[in-house]
Amino acid sequence: MLSRVAESLYWMSRYIERAENNARIAEVNLQMLLDLTNQRGADPNQQWDPIISSLEENELFASLYPTPDGKAVIDFVSLQKKNPNSIVSCLTRARENARTTSEQISSEMWEQINKLYLFAKSDAAKKLVRTSPYEFFKRIVTGSHLFQGTTDATMTHGEGWDFIRIGKLLERADCTSRLLDIKYHILLPSGEKVGGNVDTIQWMSVLRSCSALEAYRKIYFGQVAPWKVAEFIITHSAFPRSIRFSVDYFDAALHHISGSAETKYANEAERRLRYDLDYATIGEIFKFGLHEYLEQVQNRLAEIDRALHATYCADNGAEG
Amino acid sequence: MGNFFSDYQVGDFFDEMFAEPGVARPHYSKLLARFKEMDREEFERKRALAASTFLSQGVTFTVYNDDQGTERIFPFDLLPRIIPAEEWDRIERGLVQRITALNQFLHDIYHEQNILRDGVIPKSIVWEAEAFRPEFMHFDVPRNVYIHICGTDLIRDKEGNYLVLEDNARCPSGVSYVIENRQTMKRTFPSLLGQYRVRPVEDYSQELLNVLRYIAPHAKHEPTIVLLTPGVYNSAYFEHSFLARSMGIEIVEGRDLVAQGGKVFMRTTKGHKQVDVIYRRINDDFLDPQVFRKDSGLGVPGLVEAYRDGNVSLANSIGTGIADDKAVYHFVPKMIRYYLKEDALLPNVPTYLASVKEDLTYILEHIPELVVKAVNESGGYGMLMGPQATKAECEKFKEKIRKNPRNYIAQPVVPLSRAPSFCDDSMQGRHVDLRPFILYGEKVTIVPGGLTRVALREGSLVVNSSQGGGSKDTWVLENGAA
Repeated sequence: MLSRVAESLYWMSRYIERAENNARIAEVNLQMLLDLTNQRGADPNQQWDPIISSLEENELFASLYPTPDGKAVIDFVSLQKKNPNSIVSCLTRARENARTTSEQISSEMWEQINKLYLFAKSDAAKKLVRTSPYEFFKRIVTGSHLFQGTTDATMTHGEGWDFIRIGKLLERADCTSRLLDIKYHILLPSGEKVGGNVDTIQWMSVLRSCSALEAYRKIYFGQVAPWKVAEFIITHSAFPRSIRFSVDYFDAALHHISGSAETKYANEAERRLRYDLDYATIGEIFKFGLHEYLEQVQNRLAEIDRALHATYCADNGAEG
Repeated sequence: MGNFFSDYQVGDFFDEMFAEPGVARPHYSKLLARFKEMDREEFERKRALAASTFLSQGVTFTVYNDDQGTERIFPFDLLPRIIPAEEWDRIERGLVQRITALNQFLHDIYHEQNILRDGVIPKSIVWEAEAFRPEFMHFDVPRNVYIHICGTDLIRDKEGNYLVLEDNARCPSGVSYVIENRQTMKRTFPSLLGQYRVRPVEDYSQELLNVLRYIAPHAKHEPTIVLLTPGVYNSAYFEHSFLARSMGIEIVEGRDLVAQGGKVFMRTTKGHKQVDVIYRRINDDFLDPQVFRKDSGLGVPGLVEAYRDGNVSLANSIGTGIADDKAVYHFVPKMIRYYLKEDALLPNVPTYLASVKEDLTYILEHIPELVVKAVNESGGYGMLMGPQATKAECEKFKEKIRKNPRNYIAQPVVPLSRAPSFCDDSMQGRHVDLRPFILYGEKVTIVPGGLTRVALREGSLVVNSSQGGGSKDTWVLENGAA
């Protein structure tokens, strides 16, 4: 497979996953806002700050919107072309990558990604964001799922598919870690206790944004406690949006591409990340500091990304 | 509105559908009957379905110098253009004859140059042509085929005679629309297509792949074939990826290829892999910055050396541009006589060469009645439509012609045939042409029909997509079908 194509497939997949995750975060926050406006002393606008922080675009946001209210955030996250990580920007880039590889992916995949892009850019979408943002986010998430399903059902499960999988899972691990980290930035309204009503609502919304609330309840029987939520989202081996799951599966895809043995790792960052996830207990993670731990995960994911590029996409000149 | 054709004006042109007002030609009678039973709502539904099919599949072309999104759908007109079997048979024989002569001409020009020595074509016409590549004199191209893919534009005069307007022997485009248009018609008019027995066009990609395999160096059995594109921003990118996909080959950009030791490789995730055949959709000038344009970022340094060494084949070959130079075009009927000892089955449009003294005088005197074209341009660029031009535009062109006569030719305005097309809410006659695609490998293969382009602007004779043109599906009927 062409190196350029491998890279494009990888990024196409990352950007779609990123669009989906942004839609999830925004949607859940909308819901949380509704819960909290009924609470004494909660400042609804403050609730959006962590989202902007998690996107690492505070300055850009402040420069574009004089009034940083919910409407501004929704616009910034969904339709703002100047925000490189808005849903529209992500889908534009995903589609651009798909276009340069459109003879490699199946025509069904191309059609699906093209439709999703055309929807996000349409006037209908703009109207939806204003009148019913919940529906807009839902359509993005569903669109992304349709793309993933179409990918698995219509594309040969070969090297290209592996790069798509790696892109998706790497991005998902990264997004999930940021999602969990949002909770770290959320301040409890004054007078609220840790473990109190508002705190629980916030942790529940973290679960919901990873579609994890139902799965979590089946395992922990409804009790929503911070360390259990973190444990579930970081280390659960079978839940498809947990960090551990994502890392395990992109590791498998990497082995599939390189043809090397299970016990070998493509690079050092990957080895350490898997080691951490396999052996660290949630107690140790909290002792190390949840925020610090998640930051470390993100750094290692970035290292893996660089190593991938160096191995498969930079020209190494060897004859194959 | 009941009848779509009640107000249709046949006009003073050859009309593809109507022999006279209200009377359809025999091969169009079923189509007319189908439209008589169709109401406006059903037609609109079909139009919407066709448009959404093109958009969601990303069947678009890119408009240069247009910052709004830049991708557009090539407008598609739902009324097919129908060609009876015997009529196509004549066209096909004419095209086979033409491509055969053109290939022999290219071989001759790059070897003995007998045709020049015998005075059939003036030496200067060839030697002064920009597209002539003297660097490739005495170079033997694989299997002695120069033009593997040719798009020859045909028009019909007032009497309905087919004439050749020009040949495109470099990187002709448009064939993907032939196939997509048919797909769309299958969805929108399935029963009508069933009633007519229409010859299929879907095997084009397979035939093209056969040609590319045939020219592989050293008759290699399983050659690695790639399509070289200028990139995603090229106006024909959709077509490039469409063809690569339907042939199952890689689409590459210049930066994906590297030439080393007289061979060409592509950069893959598993290292370098040798490439045997390149279907290039990049013009000669941009192929290799070491040989042609130094500023080309699209090509591959060292590609031409590998080509000369016989380690990689190119389709089309380098230097075919001389065959579709618009001054050389004038001599194609003579070429056919010279090489094949036959008369041209498809006549040319009368052409005046500005490089010939009497012709130049005529052109300068009659410019408001003529179409003037730059010999080396295509796509509707670099031309003047005399009857529509202002006085100032004519004067400006005269100046250009005087400065560089070899660069211009002129032709009388041919009143192109018209076909009913849906414009401004009703059926109106619009001018059309036809671009069949001719493949030359082990044998000559022509997919029945080709791309019917239609000038959607009222009165316009320019059918190019860059100039407001659209397209129609072209139905060539099986023998005995009507």
